[in-house]
Amino acid sequence: MDKIDKKILKLLDMNARMETADIATVTDITEEEAAARIAALEKAGVICGYKAVVDWEKVDLDSVSAIIELKVTPKAGFGFEEVAARVAKYPEVESVYLMSGAYDLNVVVKGKTFHEVSNFVSRELATIDSVTSTGTQFVMRRYKEYKVELIGEEGDGRSKISL
Amino acid sequence: MIDYTKVLSETVKSIKPSGIRKFFDIANTMENVISLGVGEPDFRTPWQVRSAGIRSLESGETRYTSNRGLEGLRDEISRYVLRKYGVEYDPKGEILVTVGGSEAIDGAVRAITEPGDEVIIPQPSYVCYEPIVRLAGGVPVIINTKAENDFKLTVPELREAVTKRTKAIILPYPCNPTGAIMEYEDILAISEYLRGTDIMVISDEIYAELTYGERRHVCAASVPGMKERTILINGFSKAFAMTGWRLGYACGPKPIIDMVTKIHQFAIMCAPTTSQYAAIEAMRNCDSEVERMLEEYDMRRKIIVSGFNKIGLTCREPKGAFYAFPSIKSTGLSSEEFCERLLEAKHVAVVPGTAFGDSGEGFVRVSYCYSTAHIKEALKRIGEFVEEIK
Repeated sequence: MDKIDKKILKLLDMNARMETADIATVTDITEEEAAARIAALEKAGVICGYKAVVDWEKVDLDSVSAIIELKVTPKAGFGFEEVAARVAKYPEVESVYLMSGAYDLNVVVKGKTFHEVSNFVSRELATIDSVTSTGTQFVMRRYKEYKVELIGEEGDGRSKISL
Repeated sequence: MIDYTKVLSETVKSIKPSGIRKFFDIANTMENVISLGVGEPDFRTPWQVRSAGIRSLESGETRYTSNRGLEGLRDEISRYVLRKYGVEYDPKGEILVTVGGSEAIDGAVRAITEPGDEVIIPQPSYVCYEPIVRLAGGVPVIINTKAENDFKLTVPELREAVTKRTKAIILPYPCNPTGAIMEYEDILAISEYLRGTDIMVISDEIYAELTYGERRHVCAASVPGMKERTILINGFSKAFAMTGWRLGYACGPKPIIDMVTKIHQFAIMCAPTTSQYAAIEAMRNCDSEVERMLEEYDMRRKIIVSGFNKIGLTCREPKGAFYAFPSIKSTGLSSEEFCERLLEAKHVAVVPGTAFGDSGEGFVRVSYCYSTAHIKEALKRIGEFVEEIK
C-alpha cells in the first residue's frame, strides 16, 4: 500500500460517496487507476464496507442501542478470539472491541426496544460459557457519530459575497 | 442645514467606492444563490480555541490588555513565527497584536508614510492597500502583475515602478485573489534589488498557512537581507478560521513597531482581550486542526481547478490562499458582464477580477471555502452557462 492508497482511504473515510472522478483528481491519477485501486482495496479487505451515518432519532422507527461490557475468561490457546468471534456472529451486535482496563469486550448491541436488547443480553451473551459478567448501558442520545455532529451548528452565517 | 459634502474630508471623498458594490448588493440579497463569493473559511473556529475564549470570560478576563497585547500571546507569536517561518522576533519590542491583519497593515503604512511618499502595490490584490495608502497621504503606485508570471512580483516590474519617492512595497502573498505565492528565489531577487536602499517591505502573509503541495510558505523576512526592511503582517482569521475574532499581528524592527504601537495605542487601545486568550491556544495546540483544514482546502482546490479547465475556462494552479482565478477571456465577456450574467442566469455568485484592480480584467475570483458538493453544483451551473453563451 502506497501514499496514494492511503490518501484514497482517507478521502473515503471522510465521504464514502466521493465520486471516483473526484478521487482521481485529488490524488493526481486517472479515473481508471482510482477505480482499480479502490477495487483492490475492497478485494484485500482493507475497505470492508460503506455505510450511511443516519440520525435514527429523526426516523419514525423504534431503535435502541446499548453498550455491553463483558468480562470473559480467555481460553487457553485461543485468548479472547474465540468468544469475540462468537459474539460477533449475532446480527444484533453492531461492533465488538477487545478493551484494556476494567473489562474485556465492549459490545454494541442494537434492537427495537429496551426489552428486546436486555433479553438478548441475558439470554445470549450472559449464557456464553466463558462470559463471567455483563454490564449493560443503554444509549440515551447520540450527539456525534463517525465524526459527524448530529446536533450540528446550523446554517452558514456568512454573506454570499465578500472580498 | 449642514452641507455634509463640505464637512467631509477631501481625501476620504476622493477614495472611490468599489464600482461593483451594486453587483454585491444584488448577490447578497438574492434568494437561492449558490455562492463561491466569500473570502472567509467555512470552518468554525476549532472548539478548543473557542473554549479557551470562554474560559477566559469565566475567569473574568474582561479588561484592557497592554497596548502591545498580552505578554503571553506575544511570547507565543514569537515562538510560532520562529517555529514556522524561521524568523526571530523579540516579543518585548518587535511584535504588536492588532485588530486583524487589516489594522496591522493600516498601522504599518501610517507609521512610515509622509505626504507624497509612494507605496508600490502589486495587483490584482486585496482591496485595502490603495485606500489605506491614500488615507495616510501616500501615493499608491500600481504594478499590474501578469498571468504569464503566475502573478508574481518581478524585479523588472519593480525597476520600472521604483522612484526616489518610493517609501515601501506591499507584498501581498499568498495572494487574494490570484492564489499566487512568492518562492524563495523570487523574494531573494527582490532583496538583492533593494539592497542598499531604505525601501521598506510590508509583507501581508495572512494566508501563509494555506500553501499547498510539498512547498512550504517562505516568509519574506526569512530571506537574506530582508528582515531589516520587512514589516511582517499575519493574523488568525484564515489559518485558524477566526475571522470574527478580529485578531492579527505585526512583527518588525523595533523602531517601526514602536511607532505602529503608538498609533494603535491612541486609535485602538488594545486588541479584544477574549480573542487574545483564545489566540494563545490557537498558536500552542492547533497544528493538527490547521493541517486538517489545509487538507480539505487542498482537495477542493484540485476539484475546482480541474472543473474550470474541463469547462474551458483556463485556470492555473493556485498555490496558496483559498481562491482560484480562472480566465473567462474565452467567453468574450468582460469580468463584470460574466459575473452579472452568471448571477442572473444561474444564480451563481463569483467576484469579477476587476474588483482587485484593473489587471483583474478577464478573470473571476472563485473561493473554495465551500463543501465539495456545493462547489460541484456551482461548477455544473457555470458549465451550463458557458455552453449557453457560446
